[in-house]
Amino acid sequence: MSKVRVLVGTRKGAFILTSDGKREKWDISGPHFPGWEMYHLKGSPADPNRLYASQSSGWFGQLVQRSNDGGQTWEPVDNKFAYEGTPGTHQWYDGTPHPWEFKRVWHFEPSLTDPDTVYAGIEDAAIFRTTDGGKSWQELPGLRCHSTGNRWQPGAGGLCLHSILLHPTDPGRMYIAISAAGAFRTDDGGQNWRPINKGLRSNYIPDPTAEIGHCVHHIAMNASRPEVLFMQKHWDVMRSDNGGESWTDVSGNLPGEHVSYPEKTGPPREFDLKGFGFVIDVNAHEPDTVYVVPIKSDSQHFPPDGKLRVFRSRTGGNEWEPLSKGLPQANCYVNVLRDAMSVDSLDKCGIYFGTTGGQVYASADAGDTWAPIVHDLPGVLSVEAQTLP
Amino acid sequence: MIRVWLPAHLRTLARVTSEIQVEVKGLVTQRSVIDAIEAQYPMLQGTIRDHVTQQRRPFVRFFACEQDLSHESPDAPLPEAVASGAEPFLIIGAIAGG
Repeated sequence: MSKVRVLVGTRKGAFILTSDGKREKWDISGPHFPGWEMYHLKGSPADPNRLYASQSSGWFGQLVQRSNDGGQTWEPVDNKFAYEGTPGTHQWYDGTPHPWEFKRVWHFEPSLTDPDTVYAGIEDAAIFRTTDGGKSWQELPGLRCHSTGNRWQPGAGGLCLHSILLHPTDPGRMYIAISAAGAFRTDDGGQNWRPINKGLRSNYIPDPTAEIGHCVHHIAMNASRPEVLFMQKHWDVMRSDNGGESWTDVSGNLPGEHVSYPEKTGPPREFDLKGFGFVIDVNAHEPDTVYVVPIKSDSQHFPPDGKLRVFRSRTGGNEWEPLSKGLPQANCYVNVLRDAMSVDSLDKCGIYFGTTGGQVYASADAGDTWAPIVHDLPGVLSVEAQTLP
Repeated sequence: MIRVWLPAHLRTLARVTSEIQVEVKGLVTQRSVIDAIEAQYPMLQGTIRDHVTQQRRPFVRFFACEQDLSHESPDAPLPEAVASGAEPFLIIGAIAGG
């Protein structure tokens, strides 16, 4: 029978949750690297026992850990992420130039075919790659050196490259997203990149056609339909049917909030904004089934009405249904961070997400019902599910 | 041999449980001691000082002989008691965070 392994990164260590295919009883190991911030752990699709983990602290900086046995043992590998050439500057919050400085690895994306090849998304935003299992990392500088790079500004969490999607059949194509620059695409394996942000509307950007500056929180796709992308943006949920060439708003009936933005003259602009959140993921078997966890506004990062609900669309967006069975429906004020949701590929599809309150919830029936795997971990930063033979 | 006391997280990372000893040839300075530590324990590279700038990490402090040496030049000689092995060179994680 197949098994599931869920890799959980928290603010104070990593945890590995395992279960058989029923996903009813779970074994929990950890904390691995206790006391360290574990921003992300991910396994290689080509060798599921090969894991990579981002370990960091405000005291001792960034480390990278690698496991060859599914997380039973770990070894530190190279932790040097040096920008190519003279890095120059990007924009700081106040618009002034600010030097690029490596801070941490937000996301690892192992190659689909080679366990020694891994992409790393870092803060300040850049993409790195190893082809020797982490013994050395090299930047793919075409992204950071894009003509817009000196105008990228950090979001509240920093100028972080947090999402990397690898095309399942075209090894040249990757999609990435940066807060708060937007989404970018390469078609030549990472040498050249271009913004893919047409159709994104951000009310804080005066130019409605701005090619950068959008606060993309996360992007996701189903590997069977890699031209279709879903995006959780700062205030809305977006969909692209053409590999990011253009986007349409599919926030539909998600919960939202009325917001006013002041104008220099005249009355303030009024908006009904729907669908603020951080995570988004797609069902492994149904490419039009999408999951988000709406959070009440950018100034109150917790669920509306104190009810933790996953919203599911079975129509690729616009029409959303709240899923609440097994989730707390009163006095719940946790958040679900951008890399803290994942799906397995069992039938029915399993969905997993972790909260800033330290709960990891699982659904073994595509979201219809939920149960906590564990209640009281440190705040969860990332969740990645692996389906094992 | 130079005696060095690492903070707990770095001892775990280096897989040591107590004080370490490193050999330094030539002048005993912060730089030469950290060079020796990183050569003997490569997994500590980048954790005490930044890979690129070689600057001490802001929340790492250096002490020896009851003196805070954190702001001394990395190329200044360390106290004779450290160079002779009579006293350890202390690498401390700063108390921070509230």
